[in-house]
Amino acid sequence: MEQARISEMLQEFLGDRVVDAGEFRGQHWVTVRPDSLLDALHYLRDTPELDFNMLMDIGGVDYSEHPVPRAWRFEIAYQMYSLAHNHRFRVKVAVEDDSVEVPSVWKSWRTANWQEREVFDQFGIRFSGHPNLRRILNHDDFVGHPLRKDYPINRRQKLSRPIENLLTDDPDWA
Amino acid sequence: MGLESRSETPYITTTVDAVVNWGRKYSLWPMPFGTACCAIEFMGIVGNRYDISRFGAELVRFSPRQADLLLVMGTITQKMAPVLRQIYDQMPDPKWVISMGACASSGGFYDNYSVVQGIDELVPVDVYVAGCPPRPENVIGAVVKLQEKVTRESTAQWR
Repeated sequence: MEQARISEMLQEFLGDRVVDAGEFRGQHWVTVRPDSLLDALHYLRDTPELDFNMLMDIGGVDYSEHPVPRAWRFEIAYQMYSLAHNHRFRVKVAVEDDSVEVPSVWKSWRTANWQEREVFDQFGIRFSGHPNLRRILNHDDFVGHPLRKDYPINRRQKLSRPIENLLTDDPDWA
Repeated sequence: MGLESRSETPYITTTVDAVVNWGRKYSLWPMPFGTACCAIEFMGIVGNRYDISRFGAELVRFSPRQADLLLVMGTITQKMAPVLRQIYDQMPDPKWVISMGACASSGGFYDNYSVVQGIDELVPVDVYVAGCPPRPENVIGAVVKLQEKVTRESTAQWR
């Protein structure tokens, strides 16, 4: 299905809960608030002619120094894909600041477990309902969130613990 | 040759350093610490076209306890830093380190929060190799450079 048509259907379903929607080079997106995220993604997944059964990626963006000002600081982009129909769509969430929690989607797409950990690690956005919201890329002694625009570009953080202390026997490790 | 030629059993007079270093420099056992594309280039170096065994350094060991040449090939992140140091500490003396490529030597173009800006922050480096990745000839040149360095060393310094 054409992305323009998917965008229409999703906007029709969400009604006034759509914050923003648009198109760039043939790729459409719809932006929602965190409390509408699960409704939007589950509509995409559970409507048979859409059938977005795969969550390709979750990515964060910090717009705090962006030339085009926004009413919110962060956006999180959910890249959706349908294996059955071979079509894609992008849903974005507008996040005011890091005090706002975004609902975790790991129960619907298990891959979201690690993807949300990455967004948490790099941007400090918290996902409510996540089973194991720990850092995944940066080391455990890291302070701050390096992909935020206010992270000093030349700040280095060393990990000097012996390797034994880095291994874990935590059964919830994954 | 003086006295040696008059003996029934042939022998030569030399120093311990000269003999031991001669043996060491032609039997370097590399431990490949490959974390990026330089490690792919290393396959070409040990392969038959460039063939690092011409210089006696072909016996690649994947245990640091059996190696005396640590080849660091690739980007070392802050998270990987304790691992590299532990591998180095596990190698028995005498041991040497070659830093292969821009990332291992200086962080390369990863001038950011997560990458160590040169492995000499962690381990002592004997030879740096420029390149991204270096040509095989370049790495073989580094091995030859290291052999020259081994020749100049004293066996006493490793005790």
